[in-house]
Amino acid sequence: MPWDRNQMAARAAEELEDGMYVNLGIGIPTLVANYVGDKDITLQSENGMLGMGPFPYEGEEDPDLINAGKQTITELNRTSYFDSATSFGMIRGGKIAAAILGAMEVAENGDLANWMIPGKLIKGMGGAMDLVAGVKKVVVVMDHTNKHGESKLLKACTLPLTGKGVVNRIITNLGVLDVVEGGLKIVDCAEGVTEDEIRAATEATIVN
Amino acid sequence: MKKVYGSAEEALDGLLFDGMLVAAGGFGLCGIPELLIDGLVKSGVKDLTVASNNAGVDGFGLGKLLDTRQIKKMMSSYVGENAEFMRQYLSGELELEFNPQGTLAERMRAGGAGIPGFYTKTGVGTVIAEGKEVKAFDGEDYILERGIFADISIVKAWKADDTGNLVFRKTARNFNPPAAMCGKTCLVEVEEIVPRGALDPDHIHLPGIYVHRIIQGEHEKRIEQRTTRKREDA
Repeated sequence: MPWDRNQMAARAAEELEDGMYVNLGIGIPTLVANYVGDKDITLQSENGMLGMGPFPYEGEEDPDLINAGKQTITELNRTSYFDSATSFGMIRGGKIAAAILGAMEVAENGDLANWMIPGKLIKGMGGAMDLVAGVKKVVVVMDHTNKHGESKLLKACTLPLTGKGVVNRIITNLGVLDVVEGGLKIVDCAEGVTEDEIRAATEATIVN
Repeated sequence: MKKVYGSAEEALDGLLFDGMLVAAGGFGLCGIPELLIDGLVKSGVKDLTVASNNAGVDGFGLGKLLDTRQIKKMMSSYVGENAEFMRQYLSGELELEFNPQGTLAERMRAGGAGIPGFYTKTGVGTVIAEGKEVKAFDGEDYILERGIFADISIVKAWKADDTGNLVFRKTARNFNPPAAMCGKTCLVEVEEIVPRGALDPDHIHLPGIYVHRIIQGEHEKRIEQRTTRKREDA
């Protein structure tokens, strides 16, 4: 059985180690926060906050306190605030240990495309290009195939890139793959999914 | 030297000209200079280039200046929340220069710090790098980005004293300090102007040297995405 959204998030949470400063993207990556357990993880929100807390209780929303998805959130007793230049200084400067984010396409050389589809409405890259260029470990969480059943793990990206050679690890509904010399290496399979099934669903080169 | 003005119109008086470059603080609708945007709308100044992370929403924030067609060009990282923006952009009425968010923030900070250009690895190998100088440092490629030197900055802070020392509140700080730094003249709107000495000098987020004109007023502070959790029954 392939993993569902929550199982993918839970698997992604295993990438996080005690003491890490981490940036989570929108969608499934946001769910990762639910699975960190007892690990001491500090979440960064790139609009200028370390130590992001959960959503506020109804009636306690503060318009001055939002995350990078513009959602109302809360602070914790460890929280610090800073300006956008400082925020991206710590991102670009490699101080953030890991970023977990979604993607449209990943190539076997680690190229990532997740910000625009030509001909469709372009909203902008926000902080995605800065994050993938600067963060130490970039983990992509996405479905293995698109809605037409085509592999999203490609020999080369077809969409405009967010970053070149930036992805370290890919967690899909079928398993976990690392970007290594020569292609992708399968490091984990979802329960009941075989390596052969992952190979069959993958356009990118799989190396042993 | 008097920095406190009675209204946005008074504060903007004498500074505006068509085609000027405006740096604006704010992230989404959080920490945006609502009163100064209203002042720019009333002034009728046009052909503005606005450096701002976002472009507001329809009818609020910078969306007001889009509705009146006063903006010629936006320099932003994310503009997805504004239908009028998209309409003007797709019809060719509005220019758009996408900047990665951190690059935009650093371009403002650099401008304010007297740095005309800097190298960054953000955007290397992407469309953002097109037409920009690439330089290798220690075997890794970086692209040259330019500092932004704006004609005016419009920013929002929480509190100011009359010398322009500023304190921001929570994530409403965001782009406001770098935007403030890069303007030849920096206009700030605050919720409260406090007497000298009321702000702890150790807790000033932006020193008054960057601030030239201050106004105080009421802010709507609209929430873009209201997300909450339910209280668990005790």
